[in-house]
Amino acid sequence: MGTGFQASGDKITAHFDPAEAAVLRSVVSQILELIEPGTTGDDPLERALGIGSPTPPTDPVLARLFPSAYPEDEKAAEEFRRYTEATLRDGKRADAATVLETLAPGRVTLTPEQAHAWLRALNDVRLALGVRLDVTEEVHEEIARMPEDDPRYPAFITYDWLTYLQDTLVRALW
Amino acid sequence: MGGTAPAELIRESSDVRSDRPWLTIVWNDPVNLMSYVTYVFQKVFGYPRPKAEKLMMDVHCNGKAVVASGTREEMERNVQILHSYGLWATVQQDV
Repeated sequence: MGTGFQASGDKITAHFDPAEAAVLRSVVSQILELIEPGTTGDDPLERALGIGSPTPPTDPVLARLFPSAYPEDEKAAEEFRRYTEATLRDGKRADAATVLETLAPGRVTLTPEQAHAWLRALNDVRLALGVRLDVTEEVHEEIARMPEDDPRYPAFITYDWLTYLQDTLVRALW
Repeated sequence: MGGTAPAELIRESSDVRSDRPWLTIVWNDPVNLMSYVTYVFQKVFGYPRPKAEKLMMDVHCNGKAVVASGTREEMERNVQILHSYGLWATVQQDV
């Protein structure tokens, strides 16, 4: 089994075994599939200006990744979303892409900038899984009680491992 | 060649609340790690770790917390950055 993240001079390192690297590649790739590029509207001028749709996403994972900034003011929320969501989408795609570019089985060495991309991408993956698995504050107790033959077990164990991994990355950066 | 005096832009502030500060609120959610939220507050706002930890605990225990105040533009900037880190943040005007 690999190690979590550690600070190593001015770099951040981790060691992933082939299974762990494969899991990471899979979950992070799913983020790239889920989040479309920022500028996909019909109007070329709006695309060039990074202006997008004001409508909140209907997919619950996307709704959590792109939440409303003004829950009590629909007009302000739409305005904010129109002018910021495209940039946010592209940022999340870039973070996921950085992970896929730097991930490999064995030793991974990251610059601080790459490490922060990993930090945000890991969080996006955990948010996505969290929505799909309906994770609560009691998730660790739930996993501890869950029988291994429960069909949800592999997904919850993955979530648990990603949680540990993200925590080691925060501590390596601190 | 004649000229015209520049038109004077008169802004009527019918909204007497317009000088109340705006707030950045962060909301609790079950996925975000306490260590991560603390770190994000340090990184985004430059808060020292004890202050960042206290704000994180306020979010965790009370469901939400005010993490910054200032102009509406500044608060919207904050929310953009916080959303890039996956925190759920919102903007509202102080009461």
